[in-house]
Amino acid sequence: MSETPAIDARDLTRRFGKFTAVDRVTFEVGAGEVFGFLGANGAGKTTAIRMLTGLLAPTGGRATVAGFDVASEAEAIKRHIGYMSQRFSLYEDLTVRENIRLYGGIYDLSLREIRERTGRILGQLRLEQSADRLVRAIPLGWRQKLAFSVALLHEPQVVFLDEPTSGVDPITRRQFWELIYEAAARGTTALVTTHYLDEAEYCDRISIMVAGRIAAIGTPGELRQRFNADSIDDVFVRLARPTIQPSIPEAELPQ
Amino acid sequence: MTALLGLLRKEVYHILRDRRTLVVIIALPVLQVILFGYAIRTDVDHVRLAVVDPTPDPVTLAIRSRFDAAGVFRTVAVLRRTDALEQFFKRGTAQGAVAFEPGFSEHLARGLPARVLILADATEPNTGSIVQAYAAAVIQGYEREQRQAGMRVRIVPDLRMRFNPTRESSNLFVPGLMAFVLTIVSSLMTAISLTREKETGTMEALLVSPLRPWQIIVGKVAPYLVVGFISVVGVILEARLAFNVPLRGSVTLLLFEGLIFILVSLSLGILISARTSSQRVAMMGALAGTLLPTMLLSGFIFPIESMPWPLRAISIVVPARWFVLVARSIMLKGVGLAYLWPETLVLLAMALVLLAASTYSFNERLES
Repeated sequence: MSETPAIDARDLTRRFGKFTAVDRVTFEVGAGEVFGFLGANGAGKTTAIRMLTGLLAPTGGRATVAGFDVASEAEAIKRHIGYMSQRFSLYEDLTVRENIRLYGGIYDLSLREIRERTGRILGQLRLEQSADRLVRAIPLGWRQKLAFSVALLHEPQVVFLDEPTSGVDPITRRQFWELIYEAAARGTTALVTTHYLDEAEYCDRISIMVAGRIAAIGTPGELRQRFNADSIDDVFVRLARPTIQPSIPEAELPQ
Repeated sequence: MTALLGLLRKEVYHILRDRRTLVVIIALPVLQVILFGYAIRTDVDHVRLAVVDPTPDPVTLAIRSRFDAAGVFRTVAVLRRTDALEQFFKRGTAQGAVAFEPGFSEHLARGLPARVLILADATEPNTGSIVQAYAAAVIQGYEREQRQAGMRVRIVPDLRMRFNPTRESSNLFVPGLMAFVLTIVSSLMTAISLTREKETGTMEALLVSPLRPWQIIVGKVAPYLVVGFISVVGVILEARLAFNVPLRGSVTLLLFEGLIFILVSLSLGILISARTSSQRVAMMGALAGTLLPTMLLSGFIFPIESMPWPLRAISIVVPARWFVLVARSIMLKGVGLAYLWPETLVLLAMALVLLAASTYSFNERLES
């Protein structure tokens, strides 16, 4: 994985009828990189992620994830990526342990692997006491961290995190980012979307999507410099403002 | 395969931990059998009967005493003329009437058919037809007895019932109830459990996993198939033990037809969930799209023959109509595939078309 980028999108495009949700998007994300994928609601982030995770076929351009082509090798991609959505991806009426076991089974881990990794996750998150409690009964912050660990259960090369920290308190958010860094240090690439622009500063590099295109890409420092701004927040507002209008097409939103 | 087993196990946990839903699934059929069997019993008792006997003779007296002895009827008046009956019906003092023609026993003695008019208050159509049927049964009973004694009698009543001579309503409602229970468990529960995963976001997690769409569907749906089966077996057992509903045909065939019907209902549930994204909408969709037709257009409660033609036409595409017909025929008439193959083919065709459509709609969702 040292040579091939973890994510390599070239002119990636998705049209819905006449509406172009993602318009010739080109970017690369290297192995072990934490990549911030920013944009206003409706800018095309979700559509781009759906294409990169093999859920949606591109209508133009191409992209590889973990070395596999999103159009022709979607099944292989699914084995090599993890995914955690802004909406909760664990089952609330299963226990912590059962959730881990379920996803372990889905990703074809052996029972031994599942046992080992369950122990590791419980230890890492200090959830040993709660292993047999229903997920519903543990606090939201723990659940998000658990969801992240479960998304990494099968040790994917790339993990997609779609607003993983929405609704989480600042302290837990900080802990969550520490988990992301730990994973990155082990070589896992993370593509993160967020609406908390202070979090963008934690990323190695960020891109800002506006109206289906990548309007800016670079390290947080580069972007601040280029736009002569104090923070990514400023950069974002300058870029995104023209399109934060009622005319944002509904079709781009998920569902 | 282990992935699929894991999915199945998870779904079983969902079912077992959602106590309220589980209770509903299990208790509903049981309660309904009791409700339909006792409370909403369409059987009648203590029917107020008016008798019109212009020329009382030993035969009419014998038949009249049989009406009194039947336990169902209570004679409230004996009249000479039929035109006096109108008042009794209008006031509701009589629910049914038996009118012998004049010279009843003379006709019989000359070997001619003797006519008897059986009237029933049809404000409640069901009760009315049941009263008629009971009365006819009493008269037929008399006739049969006389013939056995070597007498050549021929009495012509107005109404005859086949297969369910005593008009036990439980015999008719149990097959319909099976369709109803299967629709609830298969369509409603499937639609709700699939949309619940969409609402909570877990469906996305499954879709980005290496699971194939068919595995997701099977994993979601198979446990409900089992629950549906348990419910059906429960309904049949309860009907046998508590209400003595006959099961004259093959149990295997009945369960096989039930399986086809479950597949049809499951597919409908998947189709409904593919078009909706909230549990509430899915529930409404399942109620309007499957439960109501099953209740109203399957012949479960209202006979299809007595519907106006547009409803009769619609009932043709209601799967429950065919299942109820098949289940009734198997349970009450005891017939087998030799008679039921056309209906079975219709159900099979429906299952295939709907399964294909639901798999397609599920795949299509992945793409948009």
